[in-house]
Amino acid sequence: MSVDIHTREMRPLRNTFAHTAQCVGNDKPASRYQEATLGTQPTSNFHYRPTWDPAHEIFDASRSAIKLVDWNVLRDPRQYYYATWTMARARQQDAIEASYEFVESRALIAKMPDVLRAKVCQVLMPLRHVAWGGNMNNSSIGAYGYGTPFTAPAMFHAMDQLGAAQFITRLGLALDEPGVLQVGKKDWLGDARWQELRHYVEDTLVLQDPFELFIAQNFALDGQLYPLIFGSYVDDHVVPQGGTAVAMLTAFMPEWNGESARWIDAVLKTAAAESADNRQLIAGWISTWADRAQAVLAPVAELALGAQGQQALQDVRENLTQRCKKAGVVA
Amino acid sequence: MSDVFIAFQDNEDSRPIIEAILADNANAEASYPTGLVKINAPTNLVIRRKSIEDLIGRSFNLQQIHVNLVTLSGHIDEDDDQFSLSWTH
Repeated sequence: MSVDIHTREMRPLRNTFAHTAQCVGNDKPASRYQEATLGTQPTSNFHYRPTWDPAHEIFDASRSAIKLVDWNVLRDPRQYYYATWTMARARQQDAIEASYEFVESRALIAKMPDVLRAKVCQVLMPLRHVAWGGNMNNSSIGAYGYGTPFTAPAMFHAMDQLGAAQFITRLGLALDEPGVLQVGKKDWLGDARWQELRHYVEDTLVLQDPFELFIAQNFALDGQLYPLIFGSYVDDHVVPQGGTAVAMLTAFMPEWNGESARWIDAVLKTAAAESADNRQLIAGWISTWADRAQAVLAPVAELALGAQGQQALQDVRENLTQRCKKAGVVA
Repeated sequence: MSDVFIAFQDNEDSRPIIEAILADNANAEASYPTGLVKINAPTNLVIRRKSIEDLIGRSFNLQQIHVNLVTLSGHIDEDDDQFSLSWTH
């Protein structure tokens, strides 16, 4: 007797979950990003209202002045869900580990001029606290925002901010003794050049509207701070003076800032395109917060770059304006 | 001239690659033998890095296609930006 083994093709009747199909249809299999993200925001059958905010449900779109018919439209072009995000960050972590090995095995830090090393610490160490503010703020967007496509990447972004703070800390420990972190904190709390920036960060910590907070933190502040510090300062200023090691050990920050800018711009573009009211709100928030961020970064730019600081900051601001135009937020 | 073809495992990683191929090659046709996606195209077929990157919203290294590539037929011409199959030399 012989046994023939056949394969038989079975086509699934449903290509995805019903709640995903409501957003993307059932014509073809939905991606993992779509299944993990779209239509997963709890919307009904809540228990009592939170005692700490009886004016709202626990998940409530009206916490933001931005109005969207469907909050599932604010999709992340990077299509990050937990797996893709962790894999991407793990690769970046490996790259940084390799850089540390390279820098340490060749003692590149010891070859930096002492003056430059001290200056880098002076400029970068207080930024740990800015990144921590970014972590708090993005956690807040994740908690009080509405719609998983908006809140999930905000939570990833919060953890990324923590990663950025840790990379700065680790850089400080590589460049100098642990006391350098304390000096950075002292500057952050006491040095006049950091106080306006600290005021900005502390004001954003108590912003109630998650979308305004998103703009103030991720677009207005980080959109200028990161290109200024890791572009104009580290890449264009520190590297030519013999500080290549610093650029290698902070490579994550500019890379992450460029990558996440695509998400941030996409969110602004989609929300602004939905209605004139939204666009006006977003444009107003952007001009308020970006102007203020530029002003508070002025002393930092001068600390880092001296006389060239203001020009560098102006260039960074113009870049931000270009991003606004591309997103259709301002004409 | 006979067809060229390429087949991938039918999974989440292959999906954007398949979509990019079908978008870039108007004459390409996909079939779904069990567990696979096989794409036939007359004379030539091209996979473009840019198209895949647009779909996934991240950077993509074309060498990543080999993780899920099962089989192919045709002469290969590849660089960092594209991977093409054809019968021309």
